[in-house]
Amino acid sequence: MNAHATPTATLSTSVLTPAAQPVITVRNLTKSYGGNRILERVNLDIEEGAFISVVGASGCGKSTFLRMLLAQELPTSGQIMLDGAPIPHEPGPDRGVVFQRYSVFPHLTVRQNVMIATEFGASPIWSRLFGKAKRKLREEADATLERIGLAHMANAWPSALSGGMQQRLAIAQALAKRPRVLLLDEPFGALDPGTRVSMHQFLLELWRETGMTVFMVSHDLSEAFTLGTRVLVFDKPRWDPHDPTAYGATITYDFKLDDKKQEAIGELSFGPPEHQ
Amino acid sequence: MRWINRKPGRPLLVFLAALPFVLTLIAYMAGSAARLAENPRDKFMPAPTTLLERAGELISEPDRRKGYVLFWADTWASLDRLARGVAIAAALALAFGLLIGLFPTVKALFSSYVSAISLIPPLALAPILFIALGLGEVSKIALIVIGTAPVMIRDLAQRTIEIPQEQIVKAQTLGASSWQIMTRIALPQVMPRLIQAVRLGLGPAWLFLIAAETVSAEAGLGYRIFLVRRYAAMDVIIPYVIWITLLALLIDYALRQTSRLAYGWAEPEAQG
Ligand SMILES: Nc1ncnc2c1ncn2[C@@H]1O[C@H](COP(=O)(O)OP(=O)(O)OP(=O)(O)O)[C@@H](O)[C@H]1O
Ligand SMILES: [Mg+2]
Repeated sequence: MNAHATPTATLSTSVLTPAAQPVITVRNLTKSYGGNRILERVNLDIEEGAFISVVGASGCGKSTFLRMLLAQELPTSGQIMLDGAPIPHEPGPDRGVVFQRYSVFPHLTVRQNVMIATEFGASPIWSRLFGKAKRKLREEADATLERIGLAHMANAWPSALSGGMQQRLAIAQALAKRPRVLLLDEPFGALDPGTRVSMHQFLLELWRETGMTVFMVSHDLSEAFTLGTRVLVFDKPRWDPHDPTAYGATITYDFKLDDKKQEAIGELSFGPPEHQ
Repeated sequence: MRWINRKPGRPLLVFLAALPFVLTLIAYMAGSAARLAENPRDKFMPAPTTLLERAGELISEPDRRKGYVLFWADTWASLDRLARGVAIAAALALAFGLLIGLFPTVKALFSSYVSAISLIPPLALAPILFIALGLGEVSKIALIVIGTAPVMIRDLAQRTIEIPQEQIVKAQTLGASSWQIMTRIALPQVMPRLIQAVRLGLGPAWLFLIAAETVSAEAGLGYRIFLVRRYAAMDVIIPYVIWITLLALLIDYALRQTSRLAYGWAEPEAQG
């Protein structure tokens, strides 16, 4: 696995060039639940426009880390910065999210799921638009649905969609507020392999088009290398045989894949040589 | 084949469903016939024909002194109390359920309190209500509310808490405020559950309604039953009991249909 990439623990060298300030900076982050240390000494700089994939053993704290980036949970110690400022202590429109399940609203139709973000912003009391504004929003939503191939399902409930369609809807919905970062927690984990490949294509297209920064947790190595410009591995570097919960996981490998190779891999649509 | 895997076909299904009703009717007819053969003036088990005849009179003949049909006046009085009591309980359940389920501060303030209140047997409170609120309509409606609301509040709070955290977080990343999350994400999702809670609450609501009407009233289904009990007028009591059952059945059916029509997204096979 180490054949192509070198494990690094380097800090960003961009301090001198403010233009290249990382979108997200993590410093000395630790997370414990009770006495259980889940994460420790996590340091990370996420550069603008990167597609970061995160892999690691089940239960090593990938989702926990993503929840802290969302500020759904707060770190035990350490800092997370968004554009150089400490992140707000609750989720907000600057960080979009797609979960593996429950990512769209079951009581709203497909079209309403796309419209709701704008309605939240435009109508603080009713969260609804009326008349001309509503018609305009509907047209915009229909254009979005056309683009993601869900136009024919505009009036359906999400429960009538296949898993792949639901996740496409969830991604489109998460992008409505143009977040600085899109966070995804095993977004394709529940999909069949065929659907997964077309979802990879879909996500890559959106990423190239928008130039947004993506942070995706995956349990599939080949998926992580296919999609990511950079792959992070979470693991426990230290292990106390008498007390397995004493030490937490951290970033043990940081593969920076160069863009050309990335594109080549993208076209092959299967894992890189080191995975086989 | 194991018995747990034997499913009755359509005709057998209908037959089995009807069987207990038919057997009850036959048992009643046999008992009634036996008693009437012994004593033709027996009032305890009137013949079905007598019952039908009496029921016809009850629903059509105006009372001689009052000038209107008591049966419909009783029905109206009871349904009015029931509707007001259950509507207030449902409104409280929705408001407090959402607040407790969504806001940790409100939960800290109220959740133990509501749990404690829901443990008080409401009928034990009835005398207090009648003393404090008098013997009028208010105390009867209050008894229904106190008897049904706490359980419904707990039910709705629980359902609100069960809304996947993913959705609440997602809404926040779409810029929703607490109010918007409550009104556009949580409220519509607990509405089907509210209807279900009302359906379950109607059983106790009838109980408290009839209990309250037996204490004091000028009209009402429960009041009439307890009034004519003095004359052992089974020919009135039995049609009233059947009528109450029918009403309960109709209300339940209406609520079920409302839920199905209005909240299609909650039905697994439905489409928009
Ligand atoms: N709220 C919590 N309270 C206590 N322990 C928790 C909590 N959330 C997560 N954990 C523990 O933290 C550890 C990391 O969980 P996490 O869900 O982040 O793992 P993961 O890497 O995402 O795993 P998977 O690949 O299975 O999704 C697990 O051991 C889990 O039991
Ligand atoms: Mg996880």
